[in-house]
Amino acid sequence: MSYQVNEQGFYGEFGGAFIPELLYPNIEELQENYLAIEKSPEFQEEFHQLLKDYVGRPTPLFLAKRLSEKYGAQIWLKREDLCHTGAHKVNNTIGQILLAEKLGKKRIIAETGAGQHGVATATVCALKGLECIVYMGEKDIERQAPNVARMKMLGATVRPATSGSKTLKDATNEAMRDWINNPEDTHYIIGSVVGPHPYPDMVARYQSVISEEIKKQMDGLPDYVIACVGGGSNAMGAFYHFLDDKEVKLIGVEAAGLGVDTDKTAATLTLGTPGVLHASRSIMMQDKDGQVIEPHSISAGLDYPGIGPAHAWLKVSDRAQYMAVTDAEALEAAVEVSRLEGIIPALETAHAFSVLKDLDLKPTDRVVINLSGRGDKDMNTYMEELNLL
Amino acid sequence: MKNKLTELLKNKPQNLLNIFYTAGYPQLEDTTTLLTALENAKVDLVEIGIPFSDPLADGPTIQESSKIALENGMSIEKLFSQLENNTPKVPVLLMGYLNPVMQYGLEAFCKRCQEVGVDGLIVPDLPMYIYQTEFKEVFEKYNISNIFLVTPQTSEKRIREIDDNSNGFIYAVSSASTTGSKTDFSAAADYLGKLKDMELKTPILTGFNIKNQQNFNDACKYVNGAIIGSEFIRQITDVEDISKAATNFVASIK
Repeated sequence: MSYQVNEQGFYGEFGGAFIPELLYPNIEELQENYLAIEKSPEFQEEFHQLLKDYVGRPTPLFLAKRLSEKYGAQIWLKREDLCHTGAHKVNNTIGQILLAEKLGKKRIIAETGAGQHGVATATVCALKGLECIVYMGEKDIERQAPNVARMKMLGATVRPATSGSKTLKDATNEAMRDWINNPEDTHYIIGSVVGPHPYPDMVARYQSVISEEIKKQMDGLPDYVIACVGGGSNAMGAFYHFLDDKEVKLIGVEAAGLGVDTDKTAATLTLGTPGVLHASRSIMMQDKDGQVIEPHSISAGLDYPGIGPAHAWLKVSDRAQYMAVTDAEALEAAVEVSRLEGIIPALETAHAFSVLKDLDLKPTDRVVINLSGRGDKDMNTYMEELNLL
Repeated sequence: MKNKLTELLKNKPQNLLNIFYTAGYPQLEDTTTLLTALENAKVDLVEIGIPFSDPLADGPTIQESSKIALENGMSIEKLFSQLENNTPKVPVLLMGYLNPVMQYGLEAFCKRCQEVGVDGLIVPDLPMYIYQTEFKEVFEKYNISNIFLVTPQTSEKRIREIDDNSNGFIYAVSSASTTGSKTDFSAAADYLGKLKDMELKTPILTGFNIKNQQNFNDACKYVNGAIIGSEFIRQITDVEDISKAATNFVASIK
């Protein structure tokens, strides 16, 4: 079975490009060019050089001894938190800014949830001297103030999305509207493996450097690869080169919010049904009338009612397993990782750690957790929730 | 059952006025109040929006009306029952995003459209190739016209392809923009002139920018008619008598 996108942009029944005609020329331009540009020697050379000298890749694969001891397995951490800007998001924005340059675009737009993708986009726009506008839900602007300030310092304009739940989904709507209104000079850097084809495949390819490195850094294959999923970009990057290695168990961890049995949750694959959101067919949280349900997670980066179509396909075809972790469990895991390994993880990433307690691990098991981002941006939430003041 | 839209368009008439509004706005039961007022005011066709939580192609005015309509309890089923009790006399189009239609079920949706007197559908996020492979057969079975959009960025080759696949009118967006977001109509004249010169077999209506009689008359110099949406919604917002507001607005245009 193939876990890669087909020529029509589908992963099994999921994917595609359900775009308004208004976006057709933009998407067609990307569909026709993204692979050729990515494969060109000039792109490859600049992409890898920037990943090395600017982002700081390869990121280390670290054996977490105290966590290993606690859970009775070998636990390795892929240190994406050490990337420039503090998360894996920059792997994708480097790729897309080079693509935008090759396509002659002068203006860059992006959506952001936790602000990590917004910061990563503002960063590469500064690097390349391109105008940058980031759409961010009003609610996320409040809870991710440090990242808003970083984007502004980098010269980006941050525009609040004030409709709907005022979070990531609404920021995505606003960015798409901007693109409709500016179809010629603008490239939209989507931050996850969501949206119309070719975005899910394009972002997965740029993020696949994560699993490419893990494979080189490990002696043999791991037994588990674990990553958190909102839209699913860090998970897709961590899974990518293991998809055909069936003996590697792939686990995506989504945000259960207050619990999957409550209406304050973002556990899309656990609770959702097939539908079309943000121009691709995937699994999404919706009511019986097909209206999108507003999600909840303590983590702004996972607070999304959809998921990348490739993940929907990995779930349906049983290649990956998806688990859901509550806000409280994620907070507990964040404290544990901080105190056992001296690493404060992002709230998103903390979800991935929280499933260690639920897995039936053997001492010989080799577990890789994609440590997708650092927790600096979440200090306000940690201070409030953990009474750190 | 006859398709009122294809009947109307048979001889490619001119100066067609199409008014758009959102079902269930400003009040849940206003859908049919407005339909009756518009019929009495002699508009040529009516386009009713099915509210969606995430209307990507719409600007702030229609987004807001969708949000309020959903809060009022609007749904596809409710809309069908409203129309069933008030059979439209003018051609009626429904504009709705793909997801709610898919959740209702494509075949059930088209069947109900035909039963309640809906003649055509505009599904802005339904791409042409998906329409051709998955939808066309069902639309045709229930005699529903599918309306495609074209924009100034659409290539001539694709416009010809859309022309070949259309069985109602072509909806020409007068500037690349979400609904109601630009004010200047004059920029669209060049584009509409080019469309006119292509001598397509399908009639063309233009929308997304028409606010007043001047805009409407300008548009009708090039194409068969125009669609007014955001401006109409503004006209029926915060007024005491929506029927009167609707009637007065139509009288000011045509």
